[in-house]
Amino acid sequence: LINKNINISIKVQSEDFNQHLEYQTLRERDVSQGAIVTFTGLVRDNNLGKTVTGLFLEHYPGMTEVSLQQIAAHAVENWQLGGVSIVHRVGLLGINDQIVFVGVSAPHRQAAFTACHFIMDYLKTQAPFWKKEFTDNSSSWVKARQSDTDAAQKWQE
Amino acid sequence: VNVLFFGQIRETLEVDKINIDTPPKTVKALRLLLSQKNDQWRNVLNDKDILVAVNHTLCDDDMLIGKDDEVAFFPPVTGG
Repeated sequence: LINKNINISIKVQSEDFNQHLEYQTLRERDVSQGAIVTFTGLVRDNNLGKTVTGLFLEHYPGMTEVSLQQIAAHAVENWQLGGVSIVHRVGLLGINDQIVFVGVSAPHRQAAFTACHFIMDYLKTQAPFWKKEFTDNSSSWVKARQSDTDAAQKWQE
Repeated sequence: VNVLFFGQIRETLEVDKINIDTPPKTVKALRLLLSQKNDQWRNVLNDKDILVAVNHTLCDDDMLIGKDDEVAFFPPVTGG
């Protein structure tokens, strides 16, 4: 079990996160790593041609954390990594707010890039979160995208 | 068994949680039981895209369920 010491951090929270602090934690936790790749997802002001004024993010307490942990563990099994950190926000979010952070450290860049990409593709289609989108005069639940399903599917080929 | 509903399903059914003392044996049977409530429930629970989790793990209709299990019905996920 070469990966037994890998540090996986999962946080689901309504509060905002500090991207730099998350990065610093990954960086300082393991000085044997040579690369960190991070991804941050934001609330856009538009979707499918509509002006968006905000989002509500619902989750399944208990299952969401388990699901994120499993996705991170899956990444750790597939690539040589030092640490994985996932932060996902829930509740009401405004335009340009941060939604999700994924940070991956690894000895070399390739594994870090690939694992970060994998985690986001899986998170999008596996982790139980649901977005409700607000426009000026209405709200609607965001539909799952086929392109996200296709992206996750590619990792199984 | 505790049955939970999330997202659009929770909103459409206007309920987030129900408890069934003597649950049927499988997810499929639970779906059938709940579908009998009314047209609204039948439409929601027969939607092919709906996902089911038993004790926090995604599963299919054949999954066995017991009295102490937690079953959740929800739409395809849209986080990230």
